Amino acid sequence: MLSLGHDHWFIRKVVFWRAAASIAWSVLLLPASTAIFVLLSRISVLHPIEWITGSLNFLCGSYVIFSIVLLCLVVLIIGVFILEFYTVVPSIPCTQIALIVKVLHPQQFIHSLVHSMMGMLVSWCAAVMIGGRYQFLTSPCIAEESAVASSMCLNEYHLFFLLAGAFMGYSYSLLYVVGNMNYVSFPNIQQNKYLRFKGTLPLVIKHSAVQALYSVRNYCITYFFLGYIPRAWICTTMNLQKDRTLHSLDTLTGLLDFSLLYHLWISGTFLLATWYMTWLLFRIYTTEVYCFPVQSSFSEDAHQCLPKVLSSKQPLILKYLALQDFALLSQNSPSRRQEVFSLSQPGGHPHNWSALSGECLTTLNDLTQKLIAYQEAVSSNGRTKPQSVGSDKRPSSSGSSATSLIVEPTSWQTPRVSMGPKTPGSVFLRSSVASPFTPDLGSPFGSPAMKRLTGTLDPSSPWHGSVQSPHVMRRGPKLWTSSSGAETPLNGSPQSGPAPMPSPVAGAQKPSIFSLWIQNRQEQVKNVLAKRVLIMYLFNKLPEASSQALFAESQAHIWALEGLSHLVAASYTEDRFGVVQTTLPDILGTMLTLQEAVDKHFKLPHASSKPARTSGSLVDTSYKTLRFALRASLKTAIYRITITFGEHLNAVQVSAEQRKRLQQFLEYKE
Amino acid sequence: MCSLSLFPPPLPAGHVTLYESNNELVSATSLDNYQRQDWDPPSLLILKETLKPHNRLENSSKAAFIHHQETLWMRSANAWHDAGLSGLLDEIANSADEGKFPRCMKVGACCSLAILRWVSSFHGSLFPHLTLSSEDMVAEFSQAADWAGCSVRALAWHPHTDKFAVALLDDSVRVHNAKSSTAPTLKHRLQRNVSALAWKPLCASALALACQNCVLVWHVDPSSLSTRPSSGCAQVLSQPGHSPVTSLAWSPSGAILLSASPVDTAMMVWDVAGESCVPLQRVGGGGVTFLSWAPDGSRVLAATPSALFRVWETSMWTCERWPTLTGRCQTGCWSPDGSRLLFSVQGESVIYALSFANTPGELLGQAGDSKSSVIVADLSETTFETSSGETSVGGEIQTLVWDPRGERLAVLLKGNPEKSDSRSIIAVFKTRTSPIFELLPCGFVQGEEGADPHLIHFHPHFEKGALLTVCWCNGRISHIPFYFVSAGVPRPSLGYSPPVPYPSRGSEVSERLLYSELGS
Repeated sequence: MLSLGHDHWFIRKVVFWRAAASIAWSVLLLPASTAIFVLLSRISVLHPIEWITGSLNFLCGSYVIFSIVLLCLVVLIIGVFILEFYTVVPSIPCTQIALIVKVLHPQQFIHSLVHSMMGMLVSWCAAVMIGGRYQFLTSPCIAEESAVASSMCLNEYHLFFLLAGAFMGYSYSLLYVVGNMNYVSFPNIQQNKYLRFKGTLPLVIKHSAVQALYSVRNYCITYFFLGYIPRAWICTTMNLQKDRTLHSLDTLTGLLDFSLLYHLWISGTFLLATWYMTWLLFRIYTTEVYCFPVQSSFSEDAHQCLPKVLSSKQPLILKYLALQDFALLSQNSPSRRQEVFSLSQPGGHPHNWSALSGECLTTLNDLTQKLIAYQEAVSSNGRTKPQSVGSDKRPSSSGSSATSLIVEPTSWQTPRVSMGPKTPGSVFLRSSVASPFTPDLGSPFGSPAMKRLTGTLDPSSPWHGSVQSPHVMRRGPKLWTSSSGAETPLNGSPQSGPAPMPSPVAGAQKPSIFSLWIQNRQEQVKNVLAKRVLIMYLFNKLPEASSQALFAESQAHIWALEGLSHLVAASYTEDRFGVVQTTLPDILGTMLTLQEAVDKHFKLPHASSKPARTSGSLVDTSYKTLRFALRASLKTAIYRITITFGEHLNAVQVSAEQRKRLQQFLEYKE
Repeated sequence: MCSLSLFPPPLPAGHVTLYESNNELVSATSLDNYQRQDWDPPSLLILKETLKPHNRLENSSKAAFIHHQETLWMRSANAWHDAGLSGLLDEIANSADEGKFPRCMKVGACCSLAILRWVSSFHGSLFPHLTLSSEDMVAEFSQAADWAGCSVRALAWHPHTDKFAVALLDDSVRVHNAKSSTAPTLKHRLQRNVSALAWKPLCASALALACQNCVLVWHVDPSSLSTRPSSGCAQVLSQPGHSPVTSLAWSPSGAILLSASPVDTAMMVWDVAGESCVPLQRVGGGGVTFLSWAPDGSRVLAATPSALFRVWETSMWTCERWPTLTGRCQTGCWSPDGSRLLFSVQGESVIYALSFANTPGELLGQAGDSKSSVIVADLSETTFETSSGETSVGGEIQTLVWDPRGERLAVLLKGNPEKSDSRSIIAVFKTRTSPIFELLPCGFVQGEEGADPHLIHFHPHFEKGALLTVCWCNGRISHIPFYFVSAGVPRPSLGYSPPVPYPSRGSEVSERLLYSELGS
């Protein structure tokens, strides 16, 4: 599972070193945080001098030194896990079941297991450093009856601490995956690493303290109910006895011990703070700007140059850092922009510019394609739904979502519905008949067949769309923009549809009935399942999630847009050879198409609803709002080009549709 | 160095400055004599009487309701929810007569309240502005001369189109468009005490408002005909401890928004689309009052309430500290190429200039290079002999604005409140940035009798020269065009502009040192 042996030059030369530096810094910070922990854990308000001198003496003791060595090991392992699990593209589960699968994934299981063990180790160190009653797992029995045997008793406080560490490690791991904390987001302003760390450190400590508080609460509840199991197990395996004079900790009196809870909370905060600090340092180091050369005079370094690096698909971190560097160079580095606009020495080709702009345009076009495909899928779902409902109850309402059906007269549709049951093969009839006619006929013919196919299916069930998608795909997306004019001749002769049916369909009749029957069975099973609340809950799409998933990679798109638009704007004064002009129509076309697709996407339900803002939280939720950021930077990018070029853009070749959009931008109407 | 004595004398009372043409300011006895040009932005008169300011004080609505007996814990929880820790302590300390709380808790609450007050008064003695109420604070630090009393509180021209937004006394914001008669009125529950407006560059619709408790970003659809956009079009950006917001600045590339509050030592860098922010914090100053982003995007001026201001460099966000000698930096403006900063300091009536090497982005980790600022103009009180007797003009500088071509500099001078014959006035300079930086007197801009100038702004892209928009205290908003032919200054492009040679500091400049420390 741990595939440490990445052999890409960038991983080897840059990412590893950055990770190593971040881990080294977190190891260096350990003594300081340990000292603070020791000071806080031994706090006594009434004897301040005693407290401080005692703590300082203890800090130089062997216990603390040994603990720090162990903690370094822990931080190292945590760091390796962070390095292994980090990602620049968040994985967004679209359904509850996907989330559960993500949590139960074997990789995640190992993550949780290791983190629990590390948590146990940290809390062992904490217990040893706090000392006193927490220090050892065993203690000599005080009670009279066991004194005879002089046997050892179990120190439940120690066990309580160890289990608390494991619990906190596990909850850290759980929150790590649920909160997408392995997602590394890039900052929108550049700052020095030290200043970034200093700025976020208070947040880390606050977050750890709050999380530790919640963890302590949950752990105490868990221990209250289930604490006897590990206690009994340890007692039997280690042949220890239970001290009956002391309150056992799974009782209310045992748990309501203020100093116990305080120590638990302090060590939980210590645990989480050291881990989050490692995590924070890793993020700061990996997202630091890496300056790629635009062109190299040595051919062996050519693979490290920006145009080459930008086109590489793997590793993603490389592509992201390259795009970040690209966006930055286009904004504030005139000398590097000159390199982009320069021509190749023998031949005089603008290789740099065409490679960079081509790669950015491909990235943007991919997004456009994805958006269009998604819109088709969604609009077809939306279309079939009201139809099957509508033809049951109010046929006139059937066209609520599709443009072609709004004008359909109800009188025409009713005979089709009654006719449906006569021919079970009407699905095939439709597909075979529709092709010679204009494609517009497909949709009115399809309606009764679909109604039959779905039967009594609840239209709000999650299966609804997926069942019909094959039909939708077969007909192609053109159907949905049908005009009413094509249907009017059909109104006069509603029987003309089924008339040419016989010969091609006859052969396919038998298997089709069988398959339909199978399909019907499947539908019924699914239908029954869909009515169970739990299953509905698990399989229902989370609102917004699909939209978030669609835009998960949008940070790259944002940089591509920023970089391209800044370069194009700068080319107005700096491009001496006119290399940008050749691709300007492509760039404008791509941006305007993407703009159209994004605009359409935001008209879908849930797409424009914002998640609740969490101010000042350590958990990064910026991936949830990437689509808004993309929309804003897309508009800004187009405006940047239109404002720079102004009326000159009228001379650029774009299609009429895009010309209209461009005009909107030139008039500041968007 | 330029001084007011070089200026032509101000107009006699009753004359109104109309426009500048052929290097002369033309005046008349009333605004109606003005020969209409082919394009005119709407001139408005917004009377204070027509606006209904709400007299509600902060947190005062509580007293209007009948006292309701709630359980103690309920009230404590409410107090905690409404006003945080100090509210909770107040509640506990004040409920002494009921005897439901244990006595030790009451004593503890009283003690902690006393300690809190003592600490805050200590903090307040370090930074006196913290003792002001938030409304007074906005009035103190706003760029408007009389923020609390006049009907117009803030104004902002759209950077690309001919429309502007005005914030009014009744907390509404109107967007006036030169081309259409619909003027959308923006109102929002959280839109209170608007102290600054800023249109997003490279965007047609986004308008940011600095409000009392938050930053609001309205998205006013330019093609919509609605006169009352719903509050769903507004984004609320708030951060605890960051109120009142008194200044806003968009980056010229439109990517980020800066907001500043005099009580927060950090200025916020907002990613507006993602509604997330990064605080940029430096020790010292006690807050940030005024922000001004250089037009080329490379630097930001951040003034603080104490005698200190900072110049941030925007590629790595490092800053340079500039302690001033007498008071806080009141206002500042940048030359179009971002190489020169003019600023004024409270308590002095001079304009200082700072120059920066114009190499944005290449110079990492350093904001500027000059070690001291120079005085470029002395605007101390000067007496002129006019037909109607002696008038004295000059004093402290309220606002500095520079037109986008860098040819006219308008200075709003506060009158001396102790002298009856001194009035506030706008002095306009002709400026040149290359080959050497020069300030030449142009003249005074005056309005109707009894109307003091209150807010000034230049139109960002007036083709025939410069257009100064002035809000007068009587509620009039007028536009004064300066017709001139630009002296061949290249079109300021976004991002990069050619380096400007250093001014020869010989003839017109008398140096006066301020200190500079390179801070991290």
